[in-house]
Amino acid sequence: MSKIFPKSANALPLQIVIFLAIAGGVATAAVTYYSTPKYLRVGYQPVQPVPFEHSLHAGQLGIDCRYCHASVEKSATSSVPAAQTCMNCHSIVKPQSPLLEPVRRSYETGEPVPWVKVHVAPDYVYFNHSVHVNRGVSCVECHGKVNEMTAVWHDKSHSMGFCLDCHRDPANYLREPKDVFNLDSPTLAAQGRLEKAHQNIRDWKIMPPQSCSGCHR
Amino acid sequence: MRQAYYSLVFLVLLTVSIMGLRGLRSTSAPIEVFPDMDRQAKYKPQAASKFFADGRADRPIPAGTVPHGRTAEADPAFLRADDFRYAGKTSDGSWARGFPSEVNRELLQRGRDRFQIYCLPCHGALGDGNGITRAYNMVVPSYHDDRLRAMAEGEIFNTITHGKNTMFSYADKLSPDERWAVVAYVRALQRAAHGSLADVPPDKRGELK
Repeated sequence: MSKIFPKSANALPLQIVIFLAIAGGVATAAVTYYSTPKYLRVGYQPVQPVPFEHSLHAGQLGIDCRYCHASVEKSATSSVPAAQTCMNCHSIVKPQSPLLEPVRRSYETGEPVPWVKVHVAPDYVYFNHSVHVNRGVSCVECHGKVNEMTAVWHDKSHSMGFCLDCHRDPANYLREPKDVFNLDSPTLAAQGRLEKAHQNIRDWKIMPPQSCSGCHR
Repeated sequence: MRQAYYSLVFLVLLTVSIMGLRGLRSTSAPIEVFPDMDRQAKYKPQAASKFFADGRADRPIPAGTVPHGRTAEADPAFLRADDFRYAGKTSDGSWARGFPSEVNRELLQRGRDRFQIYCLPCHGALGDGNGITRAYNMVVPSYHDDRLRAMAEGEIFNTITHGKNTMFSYADKLSPDERWAVVAYVRALQRAAHGSLADVPPDKRGELK
């Protein structure tokens, strides 16, 4: 009886098993790397209708975040400013700039400037800006160094694990309330004042929820 | 078998070259894996709407709207009937002097806090008109001339509320009570700019340099 398979075929089943294991490992690694917000969201830098530079306004000119995002201390939402806020200065500063045309049109007609939202929480997440900034969580913790960005990009992942890192142990992320809007300020922990952070947590009864309904409802 | 490994390496290289690495800048919106839960049929603040003609989910308050379900006794802010507190005027329509609430350390600190956010870019930290916008040809008066030192508190309140000359209204950023706190801090700046050694308590004079 003639041989159908050469002798080397005896090793083939094992070789196939090894190859499939390696291929499976590579596929798992690829999904882990690519399918989380660290890849899907981070780096999103949409083209805005007006090339507003945070690095100029918040960085170089030192305008406080709250000058434009005025509701951040008082409400769940950090408001995008109305065109009048821009016109407070730009009625005099660069009043003819073609780049500011959408702002002027919005101010005259009342039609909103179609800004593109960079950080969009899923609708099942109920995030409240005011409770965070009023207890020492700085803008920079979730938005990165916006004062150094020309066009804003999504700097942190905003995944649930990202939130829980801080909710489980907030001490390392807290600042003095006066430093919350100073994006270059170090955290209390980075200043070597971790004890002060723990004291604020006790004094203000900071109890970040870890239950589902704390953020989802 | 060797070909199988070569194709695997090729596939990995192809994936990385198309998908890139984490954190790379991209102008295209993030992919949502389960968009049916991420984007529910509800409006969030400042969102867009296809239903309303102006495309906005936030609805402007119709003209002539009156709040209901409250009383002026239970809530002093109801209808803003107090002209002093909400318009800076006395009953005869002239600018009111003084403050509708007690001026204390807390009010001044609140005023300084708000001033440094909303007023400082133009008026400067000292109220001398040397804010950052001076470099961009904005003309801003100093608080420390006689006209503004003599101005009634109610008129300063009114200026914050409605704006004046090139200054726009700040009523959308400062609540009436915050405006009074800023007025108190403006008064403190004016007082400080014209202070003398006699204003410093004797036991603190040694700290001056």
